[in-house]
Amino acid sequence: MSTTLPIADGEAGRASVLPSSAGAVSKRHTATVRITHWLTTIAFLALLLSGGEIVFSHPRFYWGETGNVNMRPWLNLHVPSSRDTVPTGYGYVLPDQNGWSRYLHFQAAWLAVGTGLFYLLWGFFCGHFRRNLIPEPSDRSLKRVSASIVEHLRFKRPGPEEAWSYNVLQRLSYLVVIFVLFPLMIWTGLAMSFGFDAAFPLPVRLLGGHQTARSLHFIVTILLTLFLLVHVAMIFVAGFRSRMRAMITGRAGRVGAGAFVRPANPERSRSGGVNASDGVSA
Amino acid sequence: MSQISRRKLLAGGIAAVAGVSGIAVAGKIAKAHGLIPPDSSGIYGPGETLTYAAQRILNHHAMAREFSRSEISITPFANEVAPLGDEFNRLQAGRFANWKLTVDGMAARPTTFSYQEIMSFPKTSHTTMIGCEEGWTYIGEWTGVPLSYILDRVGTLPQVRYVVYRSFQPDWWESIDMNDALHPQTVVATGMNGGDLPVPFGGPLRLRVPRQLGYKSIKYLVHLTLTDDLKKFGKGLGSAAPEGGYAWYAGI
Repeated sequence: MSTTLPIADGEAGRASVLPSSAGAVSKRHTATVRITHWLTTIAFLALLLSGGEIVFSHPRFYWGETGNVNMRPWLNLHVPSSRDTVPTGYGYVLPDQNGWSRYLHFQAAWLAVGTGLFYLLWGFFCGHFRRNLIPEPSDRSLKRVSASIVEHLRFKRPGPEEAWSYNVLQRLSYLVVIFVLFPLMIWTGLAMSFGFDAAFPLPVRLLGGHQTARSLHFIVTILLTLFLLVHVAMIFVAGFRSRMRAMITGRAGRVGAGAFVRPANPERSRSGGVNASDGVSA
Repeated sequence: MSQISRRKLLAGGIAAVAGVSGIAVAGKIAKAHGLIPPDSSGIYGPGETLTYAAQRILNHHAMAREFSRSEISITPFANEVAPLGDEFNRLQAGRFANWKLTVDGMAARPTTFSYQEIMSFPKTSHTTMIGCEEGWTYIGEWTGVPLSYILDRVGTLPQVRYVVYRSFQPDWWESIDMNDALHPQTVVATGMNGGDLPVPFGGPLRLRVPRQLGYKSIKYLVHLTLTDDLKKFGKGLGSAAPEGGYAWYAGI
């Protein structure tokens, strides 16, 4: 992809035409993306930890509305449980962690939902999704996507243009996480709430029942955790220091420090704005 | 300092002031409308308050989902309870003829009802789901006296905001707000799936609160106290659940 992927589309081009002097810096991520990214990270890790603890109190999953130790699960995790009422085959019971886990789970869920709503509104309003996440017109083909998959499977280190723009596979996976997996997580989570189901019974009915919602909540957790693992692995492939610096400070690199600099490309920089914090690929 | 960063600083400052005062005003309004749960102090207070307030605003008049009789679970799970002791066994041997339900606190006519009196009150039934915070569920048909009927009989004073309720088992007590207490599906259950309420499921009397998790539906009900302030009870967190690390509001 280093030779074919566009550096950035026209709108990103207005972001900056960097002076090529040493020490020049530019933004890879806007402040909004950086703040919402780390708030989501905190919320997700809290949700994963507390959710895992809650699962230990009943590590069995069912389809439909009802499920308990007198019924057949479709999935039995074969781990010890924090309740002695669950037949696990283990001779011991884990300590009960559900109290603080449930408190933390719902507080972190509020943080995730609040951050997500703000990010969605900002993303639509400011063109973040259109500009940085919807694949470029030239990338919208199976051929380009499969080429990107092959490059990823080879752990190919991204070329300098990716300091400024996401590749097509990256864009697609972020879109799936933002518009499919996170909404599914919130939907299945709310569907497990007795108070929410009383006011809005349709979400749980559409899923097929309380226990189906719980099972799907667990399955989507696995998918999001896989995303997290690949995401972190790709950061190491791309260069841990430069990617972490970009997500913390916003700066992609520094001339003369061995990092990437946004190449001046007059053909792509149709308008030549100077506001470096606006419109750069995040 | 450049023009842009000064403008940004100013905008940020205004946003921060607006945000802090917005939260303060929202907190005052929530308190005035009884939307702050009793366990809102501590690090999980913001999340608990948001959950309780949001659900109370959205489900104020909502009914818990009801199911058809054909969906009643053939294999419900009673969960385990600590040994009930000799006194309970004696009461059970007498078919609970000497079981009593005391209602006191802010009532015009505090009363102790016998089991027979409770059984003679008008009853209602609903087929609803009960779920444990652990994640398991079953569907059952509960029959019982609406709690609102009992509250009417004792003459609940207008300033009452919560009903505190206790189990025969010491240290097992809970409380609900008036929205749940007066809710038509909140019943002092006397029967389950067409028969008497079995002892493992809380018989002879269980307070069934179907819009919340099972731990709010405490078994072996013996005592109701009407109050305007939960601070007077236990450690002031509303019920035994928060004292054991669990949320007072269990609508999620």
